[in-house]
Amino acid sequence: MVDFALSENIVAPTRAAALRRFGRSDARFRVFTLAAALLVVAIFIGIMIALIQGSWLALSTFGLGFLTSSVWNPVTEKFGALPAIYGTVVTSALAMLVAVPVGIGIAIFLTELCPRPLKRPIGTAIELLAGIPSIIYGIWGFFIFAPYFQQHIQPGIIDALANIPVLQDLFEGPPYGIGMFTASLILSIMILPFISAVTRDVFETVPPMLKEAAYGIGSTTWEVMWRIVLPFARSGVVGGAMLALGRALGETMAVTFVIGNAHHINESLFAPATTISASIANEFTEALGDLYVSSLIALGLILFGITFIVLAAAQLMLRGMERRSGGKSL
Amino acid sequence: MNRAIYARRRLVNRLFLLLSVSAAAIGIAALALILGALLMNGVAGLSPTLFTETTPAPGSAGGLANAIAGSVLMSAVAVVVGTPIGIFAGTYLAEYGRHTWIAFVVRFVNDILLSAPSIIIGLFIYELLVVRMGHFSAWAGMAALAVIVIPVVVRTTENMLLLVPNTLREAAASIGAPRAIAIRAVTWRAARAGIVTGVLLAVARISGETAPLLFTALNNQFWSNNFNAPMASLPAVIFSFANSAYDDWHRLAWAGALLITLTVLTLSIIARLIESRQR
Repeated sequence: MVDFALSENIVAPTRAAALRRFGRSDARFRVFTLAAALLVVAIFIGIMIALIQGSWLALSTFGLGFLTSSVWNPVTEKFGALPAIYGTVVTSALAMLVAVPVGIGIAIFLTELCPRPLKRPIGTAIELLAGIPSIIYGIWGFFIFAPYFQQHIQPGIIDALANIPVLQDLFEGPPYGIGMFTASLILSIMILPFISAVTRDVFETVPPMLKEAAYGIGSTTWEVMWRIVLPFARSGVVGGAMLALGRALGETMAVTFVIGNAHHINESLFAPATTISASIANEFTEALGDLYVSSLIALGLILFGITFIVLAAAQLMLRGMERRSGGKSL
Repeated sequence: MNRAIYARRRLVNRLFLLLSVSAAAIGIAALALILGALLMNGVAGLSPTLFTETTPAPGSAGGLANAIAGSVLMSAVAVVVGTPIGIFAGTYLAEYGRHTWIAFVVRFVNDILLSAPSIIIGLFIYELLVVRMGHFSAWAGMAALAVIVIPVVVRTTENMLLLVPNTLREAAASIGAPRAIAIRAVTWRAARAGIVTGVLLAVARISGETAPLLFTALNNQFWSNNFNAPMASLPAVIFSFANSAYDDWHRLAWAGALLITLTVLTLSIIARLIESRQR
């Protein structure tokens, strides 16, 4: 009797207590995960606030002139972002010019041409290229590529184009080895795997039936790729390219080594220049004075703004693609 | 006429195939050239003293011990801090939030952070910690790296949890498991290999990161156990040594670069193996 009463008294409340406990721990866990998710957003907002706060001094001193001035003089404390913005945009654009066709070429090779046993090793090799840290590209460019380029390739290009209008201005000046052109080439190698990886994934979402139908009426591989696969995968390919562009715009170490860090706008691509990220990396720790530091942070704010727009556009395009291919994660 | 068209189409196709093959060749050649240069220049600098002696003054012998220790330490703390946050956030996106607007915003912001320039993260931590504390410190370096770890882990965790079939979740619910327990004991376990892959990729990513460390942890020529002081890291040492004028330092920079690359490549290959076994 005593036993019974005991067990009855214990069991009933325990059951309810257990349910309550489950409910509480469930709610706690949910709040935990939600907090972690919101922390991601908080970091993003924090970055924006920190950048605006840090660049306030420079922006209030120079106003909008900061964007259009090409003076960068730490001695007189006059700073303008134009050369850095110009360098960033030009190197990234050139890098895209090289990397997009080559990256798509690799993707086509991997999806259509590559013999099956080689598919994995070659795909992996290209993806490993994406894993190599950017500082490695930097010292490789600085110690190996730039000297070789300077001695064996650059003089030839300068001579060959010396009398052709427009081109002679783009490729003139002494062969330094380092400069905007070198930086663009290194950048293009860096972003190549991003483009080919996304493009390959998108190509694989193309229904085989479409391709088979095209082959069936006698199309060549080229015609199938150009008329069927590329149009179908267009937004995904553009999204992947934008993603790579975002990388290129913000890439720091690889560029810093080989761009020459000169705040000048020079129409020759062989001339030393600078980019936003290279300026920050090179000068930040040595910057004396609040205005100098603030100007560098303002450069960072501009970079964040540009990459945000590019990356947001990339996401919208890839999301659209994802939805069409039935939620496959790209 | 027909024959001419046919010949032209065949020619165009040949040309296109040739270009495509050469594109792949360019990619592989780039990888081979970079790895070749690393091996050629890096192996010369490899020696036991690399791991036992600290970074030298120009002209004297030394190793990279302090830089290696600093990198390992800062990466470890960053991963330990960043991983749980990333896993929790990814869990919210895949399990609780999925179609809510909050999840949409978090996903959007996370993917931006994933590709955002890492030097911006450095500036953020500089403003947040270095300016407030008044000096560069290992703490700041760890924080910067942790901020880079989080988005990587969030993205892979969410992707991997989404691969877990819903029947597993339903089975857990049917035996009365509360959601929190179902997630921890069933979905996490089912997606474990994938989540580990994400963490490995995050480690690979931060072990080569230089830009965010330049003005957070700065650099340190000596051995330091003080988290409140600047701390050396392999990438930062490589950066400053490669930019120097001394051959000894160049050799150490190459050796360090080889170490980093081997670490990163090993990690990504392991991650790939785990992932392919999972599928």
